[in-house]
Amino acid sequence: MSNRLINWFRYASPQSFYPLAGRMIPWFWGLAAIFGVAGLGIGFLLAPSDAQQGEGYRIIFLHVPASWMSMFIYLVMAFWAATGLAFNTRLSGMMASALAPTGALFAFLSLWTGALWGKPMWGTWWVWDARLTSELILLFLYIGFIALQAAIDDPRRADRAGAILALVGVVNIPIIYFSVQWWNTLHQGASVSLTKAPSMAAMMLWGMLLCALACWMYSIAVALMRVRVIMLERERHTDWVRALLRGKE
Amino acid sequence: MLSLIRAVIGRDLRLAMRRQADIVAATFFFIIVVSLFPLGVGPEPEQLRRMAPGVLWVAALLATMLSLPRLFADDHRDGTLEQLALAPQPLALIVLGKVIAHWLFAGLPLVLLAPVLGIQFDLAEDALAVLTLSLLIGTPALSGIGAIGAALTLGVRGGGVLLSLLVLPLYIPVLIFGAGAVDATVTGLGAQAHLSLLGALALGGVFFAPWPTAAALRVALE
Repeated sequence: MSNRLINWFRYASPQSFYPLAGRMIPWFWGLAAIFGVAGLGIGFLLAPSDAQQGEGYRIIFLHVPASWMSMFIYLVMAFWAATGLAFNTRLSGMMASALAPTGALFAFLSLWTGALWGKPMWGTWWVWDARLTSELILLFLYIGFIALQAAIDDPRRADRAGAILALVGVVNIPIIYFSVQWWNTLHQGASVSLTKAPSMAAMMLWGMLLCALACWMYSIAVALMRVRVIMLERERHTDWVRALLRGKE
Repeated sequence: MLSLIRAVIGRDLRLAMRRQADIVAATFFFIIVVSLFPLGVGPEPEQLRRMAPGVLWVAALLATMLSLPRLFADDHRDGTLEQLALAPQPLALIVLGKVIAHWLFAGLPLVLLAPVLGIQFDLAEDALAVLTLSLLIGTPALSGIGAIGAALTLGVRGGGVLLSLLVLPLYIPVLIFGAGAVDATVTGLGAQAHLSLLGALALGGVFFAPWPTAAALRVALE
């Protein structure tokens, strides 16, 4: 312990990351619960009802954080995928595959809550708006990633194939986003504008930010739990997993 | 470098010509899918004219995708692909040659057929010309992007269905600009902008796609 600098690379090995993740998970669950209760409390009890949208707008407290997370998790996933390809670390690939289901869940939640919000406000469950369409494509990309990894039996090959796909997807996301936007503006007038947010009351904004933080903490906790399971599954032939399992019996 | 690409194209074309049934099947798939739409939605000329660009483009995506698995599968099965990967020339260049060959026997027939099928949909002359031009510019991008998916699913369980799951979302920009070019012509906006973007996608796709494809092939060959 004479060296004051923590050697971060130590945690790139599953053996040392496994207990660390185990210690961090309860903290992130706790934070998720606190932020979630606070955010929903503000959202449902303190925030005023919207002048135009009445009470229906309150779904924003789930909708917006879910959309943010779905996009951000894809970036994080691609980052880990790239790290795994570049440095050939085992943990990076596990991290990427642990994040994918959470990202897909948030993309789906974002579409679902969006539809629930759209029905009373715009009078329709779905419009081929640029944002809706690109979020749908993001969900397809997640599903493609998960399906590709599930179809390959060898975990190392699955990691690297998935990494290439995730990186190709990252390059494509801006292209898809802009193509969808241009296509839409050419076809139908902007009947629905999501970009012009009504100037939000401070209380609404706080509720939304707290909910976003809760979603962050939830994502981290769930991804860590999933990565722990993946670690055990993939490293089951190693001594440390055997020792760990023997200790539990 | 050019002689290498030319050699790969020549080889793949010769192999494709020895098995013309495959090309003919994919081409007829295109024709049949396009012909199904008037039967399904009814033969009103006004409606058909509006649908034509989208229908032809979607059918082109599907037909291209149908022929993608063969891009590497045969070479993988008889071990040629391993020899190609061991060659001193960069694998990406060989892939580029294979992509061009794939376009020549899978993309070009669609382009040549498009005007005939467009007439069935009662498209005007200028729209027909733009439709053919947009397919001519856009289909190379389909071959390029599709090669990535074909390499990723090489030798994978249920590869065909998986391939469509991976590749179709990535095809969306090509579809939008390709069909958009024809729509813009019909509505009198001019197709210039769409065709330029389509050209950019095709150049980018054909130029950059061989690298991830080569990386995916090396993963598959491990």
